[in-house]
Amino acid sequence: MDIAKIKSFDSDVLGHFGPYGGRFVPEALIAALDELADAHLTAQADPEFHKELDNLHKTYTGRPSIITEAKRFSEYAGGARVLLKREDLNHTGSHKINNVLGQALLTKRMGKKRIIAETGAGQHGVASATAAALFGLECVVYMGEADTKRQALNVARMKLLGAEVVPVTQGSKTLKDAINEAMRDWVTNVETTHYLLGTVAGPHPFPTIVRDFQRIIGVEARKQVLELTGKLPDAVLACVGGGSNAIGIFHPFIEDKSVRLIGLEAGGKGVETGFHAATISGGSPGVLHGTRSYVLQDKNGQTVESHSISAGLDYPGVGPEHAYLNDLGRAEYRPITDDQAMYAFSLLCKSEGIIPAIETAHALAGALEIGNELGKDATLLINLSGRGDKDVQTAADYFGLPL
Amino acid sequence: MSTPLDKLFTLSKSKNRAILIGYLPAGFPTQKKAKKIIKAMIDGGVDAIEIGYPYSDPVMDGPVIQAASEQAIENGAGVNEVFDLLKTSVNLGAPSVVMSYWSPIEKYGVEKFAIEIAKNGGSGVITPDLTYEESDDWRSQAQKNSLNRIYVVAPSSSDDRLSKVTKECSGFIYAASLMGVTGARASVSANAKQLVDRIRSVSNKPVAVGLGVSTKQQAQEVAAFADGVIVGSAFIKIVQESGAGRKGLKRIKQLAKSLSEGIESAK
Ligand SMILES: Cc1ncc(COP(=O)(O)O)c(C=O)c1O
Repeated sequence: MDIAKIKSFDSDVLGHFGPYGGRFVPEALIAALDELADAHLTAQADPEFHKELDNLHKTYTGRPSIITEAKRFSEYAGGARVLLKREDLNHTGSHKINNVLGQALLTKRMGKKRIIAETGAGQHGVASATAAALFGLECVVYMGEADTKRQALNVARMKLLGAEVVPVTQGSKTLKDAINEAMRDWVTNVETTHYLLGTVAGPHPFPTIVRDFQRIIGVEARKQVLELTGKLPDAVLACVGGGSNAIGIFHPFIEDKSVRLIGLEAGGKGVETGFHAATISGGSPGVLHGTRSYVLQDKNGQTVESHSISAGLDYPGVGPEHAYLNDLGRAEYRPITDDQAMYAFSLLCKSEGIIPAIETAHALAGALEIGNELGKDATLLINLSGRGDKDVQTAADYFGLPL
Repeated sequence: MSTPLDKLFTLSKSKNRAILIGYLPAGFPTQKKAKKIIKAMIDGGVDAIEIGYPYSDPVMDGPVIQAASEQAIENGAGVNEVFDLLKTSVNLGAPSVVMSYWSPIEKYGVEKFAIEIAKNGGSGVITPDLTYEESDDWRSQAQKNSLNRIYVVAPSSSDDRLSKVTKECSGFIYAASLMGVTGARASVSANAKQLVDRIRSVSNKPVAVGLGVSTKQQAQEVAAFADGVIVGSAFIKIVQESGAGRKGLKRIKQLAKSLSEGIESAK
């Protein structure tokens, strides 16, 4: 069986994952979405494209990323074996670069010279600015004003890389509003511009394209875990904002029915308080940003503001493929509170010498829970989606450390 | 099936005159004032009304309508205000439609929404982010309730798309005059006429042009090749500048009158 070729649970041609997905966008964008879908299909069928992307990953991203066994951390996770897939070691510091390089190559193929991107934590913005520098593209990054403050280091990085960062002052001033502004830019400049969306949300074909470029995480990890342990893991865990790092590591395991796929959402101050970003655990089906999925919304269909200590998970939507996997029971989604995440953050720092992103810390907190449920015979594979340099200020504030 | 809007277009066609369509979000700046604004629009010469459903994530809208929608939502405007303002507008004698992003309609329930629009005398609904591929449910509910289904097409729409989408439309076809979001522009894009010409070659339904029209001269220009002229941001901007008291309402009525004169002179 060729793992790289497994494509079950795929969307239909219109981008539907069961009742989810599809396209809810102004007609003005349809031509660009069709062009993008075509470019992706053509590229996927072209060995030259794969060669170019593989080579970039080898010589620029630093792939394959390694697996680290977290032995001391494991003691706090019921003694379960904990394996970390080290996406934090990628160039630019997170999994976001996997998708960005893929889409940057597609941009080149479509003959477009300008990319725009939204960013929450700034990791996708930094990766986009990086690819723009590498390929000589103009780059504009939309970022909620609130996020430009809590992720100031990444704003500086993007500017150093030559990108323009536009603070978005509408609405909740976070990721959701950054996506709105990026869509408005795209509607206006679609002929010259590619919208380099950073997660598996948005209108078709974005959820499929981003997943296809993030699958490399799971394809590598599955092989690495088999080599290391001789068997498949009992559970694969990842944090879920829009869901790109999660789908990237889940997807190659979907056919492995024995492997539990567990997504950890941002529970904020607790789902019951209403201050959270746990879209599947605490939301309901609806339409947001061009796709049908779980959404946090009120009875009038207005999007409700999400809350999370982690800017990258602070989003009231989630990718449609996750919504479908949830309804099918193939994947499970749990909320992790800010406090749980920060505890796991600190624990990984002190037990393994790895400072994770606060987004990633949600997956680590999930590992503590699941490890204690499954016990010491279990093997857990965790997507360590990013590193925590950008979060030093937030963590110092949280723990009351003077800087 | 023939809605009040259909009848209006038939009548105006016989007079060889385009109609003026005015847009206002429900609950802006308050529901009470919105009713007065609608009346001022109609008194000034607006022929048909488009009631906006204020939505939290309006990706088709520029800063003016965004701010208006945000204010309306803060004032608590929701589905009830939309139906209420629709009824007001219909009772003032103007064929009226609702313009809504898809999320609120789906949340409310597509069937219930269609029934309520019909019950309040609405002619139909403009759905700016509903693609025809996602329209099955809406198509059947709108047909059941004899409502117009108005879709937006854009200069970037391929010929194939134009012919598919215009087939889905009834009432009129909403032609976005340019690539971009709502808001006043200094001039009418040359794309507008081109797009209308392309639509005419695949459909003989009425075509109304929106996005960027704000002055008498632009209205005249558009009325020369389209069956309807849609104006939104320009009205809202008056309210943002002058409020909706005596002064604001007077300016609203004046703008409606001047746009209407522009249309008349295009005959
Ligand atoms: C390190 C890291 N992990 C996870 C996420 C969440 O995104 P996604 O759910 O698409 O993986 C982000 C987003 O900014 C991130 O920076």
